[in-house]
Amino acid sequence: MRREGVPIIVVVPAAIGAAFFIVPLVGLIVRSPWGDAVKALTAPETLEALKLSLIASLSATAVALLLGVPMAWVYARVAFPGRNLLRALTTLPMVLPPVVGGIALLLAFGRRGLLGAWLASTLGITFPFTTVGVVMAETFVAMPFLILTVEAGLRSMDRRYEEAARALGASRWSVFTRVTLPLIGPSLFAGSVLCWARALGEFGATITFAGNFPGVTQTMPLAVYLLLETNQEASFILSLVLLLISLIVLVGLRDRWLRFA
Amino acid sequence: MRNRVVLMVFAVLMAACGSGAGNASTSPSATPLSGTVSVFAAASLTDAFNALGTSFQGANSGVTMKFNFAGTPTLVTQIEQGAPADVFASADTTNMDKLKGDGFTSGISQVFARNKLEIVVAPGNPKGITGLADLAKAGLIYITEAPTVPAGKYALQALKTAGVTVTPKSLETDVKSVVSKIELGEADAGIVYTTDVTAAGSKVSGVPIPDADNVIATYPIVAVKATVNAVAANAFISYVLSAPGQAKLQSFGFLSAS
Repeated sequence: MRREGVPIIVVVPAAIGAAFFIVPLVGLIVRSPWGDAVKALTAPETLEALKLSLIASLSATAVALLLGVPMAWVYARVAFPGRNLLRALTTLPMVLPPVVGGIALLLAFGRRGLLGAWLASTLGITFPFTTVGVVMAETFVAMPFLILTVEAGLRSMDRRYEEAARALGASRWSVFTRVTLPLIGPSLFAGSVLCWARALGEFGATITFAGNFPGVTQTMPLAVYLLLETNQEASFILSLVLLLISLIVLVGLRDRWLRFA
Repeated sequence: MRNRVVLMVFAVLMAACGSGAGNASTSPSATPLSGTVSVFAAASLTDAFNALGTSFQGANSGVTMKFNFAGTPTLVTQIEQGAPADVFASADTTNMDKLKGDGFTSGISQVFARNKLEIVVAPGNPKGITGLADLAKAGLIYITEAPTVPAGKYALQALKTAGVTVTPKSLETDVKSVVSKIELGEADAGIVYTTDVTAAGSKVSGVPIPDADNVIATYPIVAVKATVNAVAANAFISYVLSAPGQAKLQSFGFLSAS
């Protein structure tokens, strides 16, 4: 095969595009006060926000797995009218501005919301300004990533294994847990990690629906935003931490995909 | 084809230059103001400044007013990171002094308005709140602004003076989001400026805070050093400080500057 040079008309815009992503990261690294990094990271407010972020994002991922895997299974295996519309509606938050998601959540689950008003009056349960509210906001925004990834996994797997297991007398449940789940393991893992990373970075829906209070609803992104106004250096360091986590997730995921593929 | 496009662009440019020269010759005494004036103003000024901008633009048709409303410290951060601001209107002197101290202002800052705090509640005050002490009632959802925002700092000050200890459910990023959460019914009470209660009209009610506990917020305004349109920026500042400007501000519930 003849090796052709890469045309300059492709290289120049590609390089500009790459710089567009890389320069902001460099800016963050250069402007971060490394001497104060340890102090900023171990400050009580930081640890509080970090702990809350981990709890909320892991809970959101757990909820997403519990509800999202069955949804993905239905989308992949059950043909019913309106399936595409339903899928579009349930994955809308991927493209919806998160603040809009937060407003929608308020109108549904707020104290005066469609369901929220009933929950508040009969059971005395309210979600805004609670950690549960944070988990709801994060789940709303992040679960679609899991649904779509798992559905893709279910669609691309070889269904003959399931049929063989059924033919050999396995129950539907044991086929699902012992054949289907292991086969879609990689997409289940990738979907969970994507969902978790998105939940960890959630800002707009959280501050709109759950508010902002240290230790209860103030997650890392909210803390970073507020620190920018009082302690810029600390906010740069915390931004870097979030960035590093995202980078590890993406690189790690890439390796996984390659190994399984 | 290409030549024709170039010619057309050239013709448009010539026309633009021509009209500019024409204007200058018809009014040689005062050059009409032109260009864009970007005003970075505290969130509590939203309605009043939008109205001031409209009337200023009405009198100076060559000027385009642009407003960026946010919590005051956010504005300071934006200006210091190079956001294109011509005028800065702060909700406190602390943030104004910070911007001044960091060398981002031009000329002296002038106080153009004052404001008082008020308790904002649902319309008709269903929880029967009569003063600051009621905010600590069990089961009441009280929210306020983060202490980094002037209003949040003043609210803390007022509560301290009144000897009330209360834990808010949320520290919102500006006064407007506190008002909107009261409007939505998510929270029962919050502390905002009198002007915010006025601006929200019938969607909320206000409970006054006695002067002894209240905090008077002062609003200073200044031209930003990096402005590319200093003439129009200073003209807008003069307008805000003028009698008609002051009257407009007071119609939104602000107290006079002095």
